[in-house]
Amino acid sequence: MRVRDLRVVRGKRDVLHGLTFEIARGEVVGLLGPSGCGKTTLMRALVGVQVVAGGEVTVLGEPAGSAGLRRRVGYATQAPALYADLSVAENLRYFASVLGAPRGDAARVMDEVGLGRHRDQVAATLSGGQLNRANLAVALLGEPQVLVLDEPTVGLDPVLREELWELFRELAGRGVTLIVSSHVMDEAGRTDRLLLMREGEILADGTPGALRASTGAADLEDAFLRLITGEAA
Amino acid sequence: MNPSITLATTRRILAQLRHDHRTLGLLVGVPALLMVLLRYVLDQPGLFDRVGPLLLGVFPFVIMFVVTSVATLRERTGGTLERLMTMPLGKLDLLLGYALAFGLVALVQVGAVLAISLTWLGLDLRGPVAALVVVAVLDALLGMALGLLASAFARTEFQAVQFMPAFVLPQVLLCGLIVPRDQMAGWLEAISHVLPLSYAISAMQELTREPAVTATLTRDITIIAACTLLSLLLGAATLRRRTP
Ligand SMILES: Nc1ncnc2c1ncn2[C@@H]1O[C@H](COP(=O)(O)OP(=O)(O)OP(=O)(O)O)[C@@H](O)[C@H]1O
Ligand SMILES: [Mg+2]
Repeated sequence: MRVRDLRVVRGKRDVLHGLTFEIARGEVVGLLGPSGCGKTTLMRALVGVQVVAGGEVTVLGEPAGSAGLRRRVGYATQAPALYADLSVAENLRYFASVLGAPRGDAARVMDEVGLGRHRDQVAATLSGGQLNRANLAVALLGEPQVLVLDEPTVGLDPVLREELWELFRELAGRGVTLIVSSHVMDEAGRTDRLLLMREGEILADGTPGALRASTGAADLEDAFLRLITGEAA
Repeated sequence: MNPSITLATTRRILAQLRHDHRTLGLLVGVPALLMVLLRYVLDQPGLFDRVGPLLLGVFPFVIMFVVTSVATLRERTGGTLERLMTMPLGKLDLLLGYALAFGLVALVQVGAVLAISLTWLGLDLRGPVAALVVVAVLDALLGMALGLLASAFARTEFQAVQFMPAFVLPQVLLCGLIVPRDQMAGWLEAISHVLPLSYAISAMQELTREPAVTATLTRDITIIAACTLLSLLLGAATLRRRTP
């Protein structure tokens, strides 16, 4: 996946000013940065639903959003995008048939996110964390080679977060590329690489260990604070 | 376009309606109730024979307009449209999925109203019942297509609901239901010529007068079908894969 000089204007504001980076296949990349810095905007550009003002976004060798990518890229939006009046299973079965995923895929992803017991519950009545997991499940349908996950673990307890990260790791082991945005630092430590953004620019890029070392911080939380506030050496 | 995605979309929309018993009840019950009211307000069998079918040209149109504009606005604002746009769903799959689902609902709606009208209310229709069903269902699809188009210009459900009086009531006033079109001022008549509901009413009037399918009826049906298609295409143009 390659992003070159990506610029995005939303409303009247320049949101991304010329991002450039590359992500290798099978890499697990964490996207961090203060609220409003442009993480969601970048992810929307990666899946090809964002109008961009300039630059190039290539995913799996094709321009982002091209027809050939629509079965190969899974996207979980930050705000759950489900039919509130349908049950979890009905939602997943619908998206599975749109993706042309095999029968039984809906059941598989429900188990993967631990929603098997809630399959017949209407989405509107799910708890916040359950709804988030149902939203994540949609992205896992079919056999995506790239997963773009916008804050997938928000509102989840540590046990569930742990389970999901094991799942992400397992997927990466099979060669799936993951881009995961997050505000939780212990999660960030589980990625192969972190992209730290501030105000539409990439401030730092490296492994969690390297970021810690370069700032001389004791932990990632501290490193994050130092980088964002510009105190780093 | 992919038929299995289109059908999956139709099934999904019908499932949503199935979960919403009240909307389903209102969709079928309200037009039937209004028809009963009309029959007893007019209270003259001859008059009801002339006016009843005209209302069958208006109800499905108005109701489908409102239901579709709110339903598609929800897809736009709830993020499901954006999600679908990252998937291999064609715009036509979505539009035809809606058209099939709401076409079926319209068929049930019109069927229920007709069944009550022809039996209990003693409606005496000159023209063929099948032709009336065709006009009414096409009319419902026209309402649906315009609702879909209107939803592109609404930001909130409040606005979407306000579009009903804005898009629909002028057509109801000018379509010949209240005053025959040729008795209106010239400029109003000219406007009425380009409003699709006028042709629905004209078709229904023809059905109350002529026992066979006339040239006027065929022309009206063709115009309604063309308007529906045009609005669907315009609606498709408002569905964007990329948004700002
Ligand atoms: N539709 C829009 N129109 C105009 N500006 C927008 C729109 N959506 C987002 N923005 C602005 O773009 C900037 C980046 O937003 P974005 O959603 O990408 O942030 P984010 O990094 O994902 O934040 P968070 O961590 O809070 O989710 C913000 O300043 C936001 O106000
Ligand atoms: Mg965000």
